[in-house]
Amino acid sequence: MNVFEFSGLVGLGSFLAGFLGALTGLGGGVVVVPMLTLLFHVDIRYAIGASLVSVIATSSGAAAAYVREGYSNIRIGMFLETATTIGAIVGAAIALHVPGNAIAIIFGLVLLYSAYLSSRHRPEHDAHLQASKLANKLKLNGSYPTHAGLRTYNVTGVPAGYSLMFSAGVLSGLLGIGSGAVKVLAMDQAMKIPFKVSTTTSNFMIGVTAAASAGLYLNRGYIGPGLAMPVMLGVGAGAMVGAKLLVKAKVQALRYLFAAVIVVLGIEMIFNGVTGRL
Amino acid sequence: MSDETLAEPKSATWNDLRIEVIIGTLLRTGVLLAALVVLAGAGLYLAQQGHQTVNYSTFHGEPEGLKRPADIVHGAFELNARAIIQLGLLLLIATPVARVAFSAVAFAIERDYMYVFITLIVLVVLLYSLFGSS
Repeated sequence: MNVFEFSGLVGLGSFLAGFLGALTGLGGGVVVVPMLTLLFHVDIRYAIGASLVSVIATSSGAAAAYVREGYSNIRIGMFLETATTIGAIVGAAIALHVPGNAIAIIFGLVLLYSAYLSSRHRPEHDAHLQASKLANKLKLNGSYPTHAGLRTYNVTGVPAGYSLMFSAGVLSGLLGIGSGAVKVLAMDQAMKIPFKVSTTTSNFMIGVTAAASAGLYLNRGYIGPGLAMPVMLGVGAGAMVGAKLLVKAKVQALRYLFAAVIVVLGIEMIFNGVTGRL
Repeated sequence: MSDETLAEPKSATWNDLRIEVIIGTLLRTGVLLAALVVLAGAGLYLAQQGHQTVNYSTFHGEPEGLKRPADIVHGAFELNARAIIQLGLLLLIATPVARVAFSAVAFAIERDYMYVFITLIVLVVLLYSLFGSS
């Protein structure tokens, strides 16, 4: 394949990944690495570097829109970013010593877990929850706009959420993904933060988390401009179009379809990792 | 300005909202600028090397000139196509870093020194990754 063909095909695939990722809310980053390694036979280290870059592009682009609506909580985000960024550095350092096929297996497991998480029903939390002492001290409690005006919420489970966030950072640095699913799990399930606030704050944090490991990958020579270029432009453009359509489209069926694709990719990553083909 | 103070009982909330708007603009500008630089580099790269064959299946690592921020900027000013793309990617990585740096200033204006400290921890980690890890 020459540079023209390669850039065009990778760009097109990345556009689709970004488009479906934004439309379904599952994020395009999780399918970029499997697409590059399984379909285009790219070495997994180059694939992770390119994926990280595209994760920053979509997260920052989406956060720019969300942050104005007042859903995301910048204190929760910043406090938890101390955990995710340090985790990301640790994850990127681990990636240096772990063989490619082991990374592929871990990647496959994370894909399967993300698909499982996305299929679960999430009940909204009790509004009159008691805030924990630590949450008060860290000023994590906040409010967000609803149809009936500002609605306040309290935060709890800070140590559990913080530990989960550290793990999300490690996974992000190791696999080049946003690990939005684990971030939302930490905020929504462990800290009882309202779902809308969890998802938007998570998106807000993904860019900073990815930047923490992207610097290391860049310095190590894992980010190749010829590969990252079509991936970043494709995923970014796809995510933009997907977010615009999101308001009109019926996404439930698409969510199931995309979750099914993620399951298939997950199994294939594990299979290729175990048989040593990646 | 008087109705703004009426609408929001706590001035910190109003400040938070204003900070969020500035952060939104900062992120949008950073991503757009990065995409434009990558596009410019892509045009040059495809024009010069479009017909060469590519192979990413074996890992070699990128050459020295495309790794460290200072070398990338230097290469881009010499109009090296791959260095220009890399500069765009560097701008993209720098966008969240700028966001964190701005947040530190914003918390300082609000006199929330606990969050200035928390934000500076994040900033140090990011700067270490970008400049100190090679």
